[in-house]
Amino acid sequence: MIGLEVLYTIAGLMFAAFALFNLTDRMNPRRVVNFAFWMIYAVTFLFGALLPHFVTGCLAIALAVIAGSGKLGRGKGEERSANAVARGDAGAPRLGNRLFLPALLIPAVTLAGTFVLKHVSFIDTKNVTLISLVLGTLVAFGVALVMLRDSPVHGLREARYTMDAVGWAAILPQMLAALGAVFAVAGVGGVVSGLVTTWMPIDSPIAIVVAYTVGMALFTMIMGNAFAAFPVMTAGIGLPLIVHAFHGNPAILGAIGMLSGFCGTLMTPMAANFNIVPAALLELKDKNGVIKAQWPTALLLLVVNTVLMAALVFRF
Amino acid sequence: MLVLIGVAIVVIGFALRFNALLVVTVAGLATGLAGGMDLVGIISAFGKAFTENRYMGLIWLTLPVIALLERNGLKEQAQRIIGRVRAATAGRVLMLYFVIRQVTAALGLTSLGGHAQMVRPLIAPMAEAAAVNRHGELPNAVRQQIRANASAVDNIAVFFGEDIFIAIQSILLIKGFLEQNGIIVEPLQVSVWAIPTAVAALLIHCTRLYLFDRRLARTFATPVKDSR
Repeated sequence: MIGLEVLYTIAGLMFAAFALFNLTDRMNPRRVVNFAFWMIYAVTFLFGALLPHFVTGCLAIALAVIAGSGKLGRGKGEERSANAVARGDAGAPRLGNRLFLPALLIPAVTLAGTFVLKHVSFIDTKNVTLISLVLGTLVAFGVALVMLRDSPVHGLREARYTMDAVGWAAILPQMLAALGAVFAVAGVGGVVSGLVTTWMPIDSPIAIVVAYTVGMALFTMIMGNAFAAFPVMTAGIGLPLIVHAFHGNPAILGAIGMLSGFCGTLMTPMAANFNIVPAALLELKDKNGVIKAQWPTALLLLVVNTVLMAALVFRF
Repeated sequence: MLVLIGVAIVVIGFALRFNALLVVTVAGLATGLAGGMDLVGIISAFGKAFTENRYMGLIWLTLPVIALLERNGLKEQAQRIIGRVRAATAGRVLMLYFVIRQVTAALGLTSLGGHAQMVRPLIAPMAEAAAVNRHGELPNAVRQQIRANASAVDNIAVFFGEDIFIAIQSILLIKGFLEQNGIIVEPLQVSVWAIPTAVAALLIHCTRLYLFDRRLARTFATPVKDSR
């Protein structure tokens, strides 16, 4: 059966390759630190299912300590090599639009896979999207290698430069998920919703709507995830006050409440996979660059959501 | 109350720009201790969640493909294509991508896009190239801003498009949560109320992109291509 563990093994091998490339890079004085970081990460992928959770937890903390030491980074001669740039300029006219084919294969195969793989017996049907994504990536890699007559080692080596540029931000989403899990066990959500409900003015429906939409956005900013904020805020304010006390429409409450949370997602570094990872991927100097491009739209949409909720939720 | 210490650590740590990975780890440990867990239990909970969320790291598998294509001139080709479209501006390229991304997301096709698959290899270079073709070489800060905007478009379009689709995770979460509380709603009843916000997102963000274009045009005059 092909399931997530197979995908994790593939990814683990890739991270191990990045680690080894780093170790053999004489130009980089920090090569051992980089090696340790990516190798530990590779181990969590390769053996995560076998290791006791306590050991993986220790490895995760080791990653954080390495990142926090500030010793992780690219060495000097690690800009895209002049050789590669020359090849790029020569490649574009030679190959033309055929270059787009492998790039577009990734989303195309992913999409086709989500429809087809559901019906294949040896595929874990719960994770079809992720399996399709990895399949699309492998197909695209194979096609690219044949088309470009390039070697897989070159692909991995160039990819490692980008990976080093992304650095610890690559791991932040997973670490935040771990934080969310500790929050859940420690009961942070309950405490926050308790606080909100004690301070709520419960006589004005409009004030309650504002508290709910703004609360969704704020709590999402703290948790980095609207899905975590939604049950807490809706159980705390949405259902008891808007739906039960003032007879609001629960479908509208849910739809616009969730979208208010998404406004928060656009404004927080805690939503690392949407905001911090892309900044690293695009090699922005300012890690908050994507958030800075998003916040005006996010705030305006939060106002729109609040007005929509106030206008609609008690009417339908 | 004490368990909120983790929230405080995160807010202060991010504000003071300490390493985010370290801040998050310390916040987790502090929250667990404040919540009465023992150290081994906290670290195990951390490890468990870290392991279960490994799927978030799978996106990096696209890097070798993208790197291989970029090494062979993908960005250059994206720029050449854009150079042939006279009407192209950074803002217009991003507006077009916004519409495509939002409409496909509304049809449930959220995997047609993403930062590693679409923005980095295709959308960001096209937007940058459109601006360079129009205004000549741009300062690095402006190029960075264009790239940041490309990622912002991907996020905003998908966030405020996907909820129109009835089988998306968030709609199912809303339905499931209401059901737990004794309220039965159909997914379509929920998703239809995502449409007004989707329209507002389209209007607001495309207006901002239009203004971004205007700001570029005002700051950098169009270079004279032919001296005659």
